[in-house]
Amino acid sequence: MPLAQTATTVPVVVNDDLCIADKGCTVCVDVCPLDVLRIVEKDNGKKTAYMKYDECWYCMPCEADCPTDAVTVNLPYLLK
Amino acid sequence: MDEILDGLTQIDCDILVIGGGTAGPMAALKAKRKNPEANVVLLDKANVKRSGAISMGMDGLNNSVIPGYATPEQYTKEITIANDGICDQAAVYRYAQECYGIIQELDSFGIRFQKDQNGEYDVKKVHHIGTYVLPMPNGDTVKKALYRQLRKARINIINRFMATRLLTGEGRVAGAICVNTRSAEFLVVRAKAVIMGLGAAGRLGLPTSGYLYGTYENASNSGEGYAMAYHAGAGLANLECYQINPLIKDYNGPACAYVAGPMGGYTANASGERFIECDYWSGQMMQEFYDELQGGKGPVYLKLNHLAEETISEIERVLHIVERPTRGHFHEGRGTDYRKQMIEMHISEIGFCSGHSASGVFVDEHARTTIPGLYAAGDMANVPHNYMLGAFTNGAFAGLDAADFVANVDFAAFDKGEVDAERARVMAPTKRDDGVPPNQIEYKTRRLVNDYLQPPKVTAKMELAQQRFEEVRDDMQHGMYVRDAHELMRALEASTILDCAEMAAAASMYRTESRWGLYHNRVEYERDDENWFCHTMLTKGEDGKPAHEKQDVKPYIVEIAEDEKDAYYKQRVGATSSVAAE
Repeated sequence: MPLAQTATTVPVVVNDDLCIADKGCTVCVDVCPLDVLRIVEKDNGKKTAYMKYDECWYCMPCEADCPTDAVTVNLPYLLK
Repeated sequence: MDEILDGLTQIDCDILVIGGGTAGPMAALKAKRKNPEANVVLLDKANVKRSGAISMGMDGLNNSVIPGYATPEQYTKEITIANDGICDQAAVYRYAQECYGIIQELDSFGIRFQKDQNGEYDVKKVHHIGTYVLPMPNGDTVKKALYRQLRKARINIINRFMATRLLTGEGRVAGAICVNTRSAEFLVVRAKAVIMGLGAAGRLGLPTSGYLYGTYENASNSGEGYAMAYHAGAGLANLECYQINPLIKDYNGPACAYVAGPMGGYTANASGERFIECDYWSGQMMQEFYDELQGGKGPVYLKLNHLAEETISEIERVLHIVERPTRGHFHEGRGTDYRKQMIEMHISEIGFCSGHSASGVFVDEHARTTIPGLYAAGDMANVPHNYMLGAFTNGAFAGLDAADFVANVDFAAFDKGEVDAERARVMAPTKRDDGVPPNQIEYKTRRLVNDYLQPPKVTAKMELAQQRFEEVRDDMQHGMYVRDAHELMRALEASTILDCAEMAAAASMYRTESRWGLYHNRVEYERDDENWFCHTMLTKGEDGKPAHEKQDVKPYIVEIAEDEKDAYYKQRVGATSSVAAE
């Protein structure tokens, strides 16, 4: 039984021009109470944080603690 | 990260504190200061820096008992009345006596409390009778201040490990079994005492938005404390007294009448009319709120648009930086301006949380549960109307008592077979090739909670809930499937949520009366003091299902006069109440 791929728009958005995951920063991944952020390597070889799991309490530590203001927490579409 | 690894490590400590939110850090600090030789471990499923209900701070203390504004006797009386009399006063009274010292201690950590021009604490009135609400101008810094203290005290912090079961032996607690949320590796912690501060069961009902994580409580608070206490054999009290709160509709965060109320804001119906005397959250208040929503005069709103510009700016300044700062984003997205529109409110999904009710793992005034060496504090322990200051203060009591307890005991022996059995249970969803993912198990459980358990409570509906929960449990035990360690954490949470749902149904069926306003509004039964002026205690029965018994309410320390007992039932504007007029 295959698991379906259902598209979902995610509330946490990372500006990968500002994100310094390449320098080893994992602050947003570390502080998230629901552990929904991860680091991924992009096609150009540069790393960035992104929201891997759509399980967000829109609480904002990731945005508040990001040293480069790369993270924005939007309201999940279902409740905004 | 997230790849499933096979591994097991065992460590020993004197005191294991599970949950690094509010109660847990204070318990760890107090225990370590009292017994500096003790090895104190603070464990959290998330990261202690930003875990728990106060992840982004708090706007104020809702229940401070400050000399000159309130007395311990008055506070104890108020909370007893707010809880329909079902209250062992000793824990409330001790809290009321000692919370002022905790405020001063928090102050020394760098957490500021609002003071007036004379340098006195600027306490506000929100409750029905007394004055207890103290604003926190830099409430966004609470977690940072706490974390500094934990580092200074050399508390051993273990992040991203989820405790799944407690270990017991020799009639007392022996430790806990934990799983890494990013690798599925096991950690067995042997401990002489265990303090639980795992927060509310906030992912029990489904929010009306349908978004699983759009809960009132921090969505990581999925009820592990209740489930672990239950499986270890501890008693849980009054679980039928649900948490239901008045919240900003869809956003599902607090409208914060406690902030806005003292500044002139109030709860209103669609015509902008006030319909309740007092915005303090209680079951009786929630019943009036529910009646207004259902009675054709709804929706219900928080009304601020009659206030002066500087007042509204101040309310916004507080509400948009602490506790739930995305509240500002939400209003902006909807085009809601506090100056122009009222804010639409609704009632929350149900949950367990003593912060706003009277349910939870049964504890005494030392935060001791019914299992020796096992403590509970904060939203999961049954000291009523705890809030943040209650979590800190009762957490302190737990830490102090545990420090003494471990001085006189060695590790309790436990059955190694329990660890093997728990490993098999936890890892089962990783051993299958396909099946039902945890989010579907969780969604179905919580949708059934809404369909059948949400008050007003009806016996036949709750019986249906019990049948359907058993079907979901069967699917979970034999068919749940996960692909990585992160999904395994969600699978364990789904299992906990189902445990809590079953306890909620069973406890509600047992108490055949109505009490606590909407929280336990059983439409077929009236309030029945003769038979039900008691706690209900739920334990895990011999058959593995919830067992119940009545437990007497301990004799009051502070007497309640006959004409004061129903003060919280006189909430509706126009109802005569000598107390409300004070």
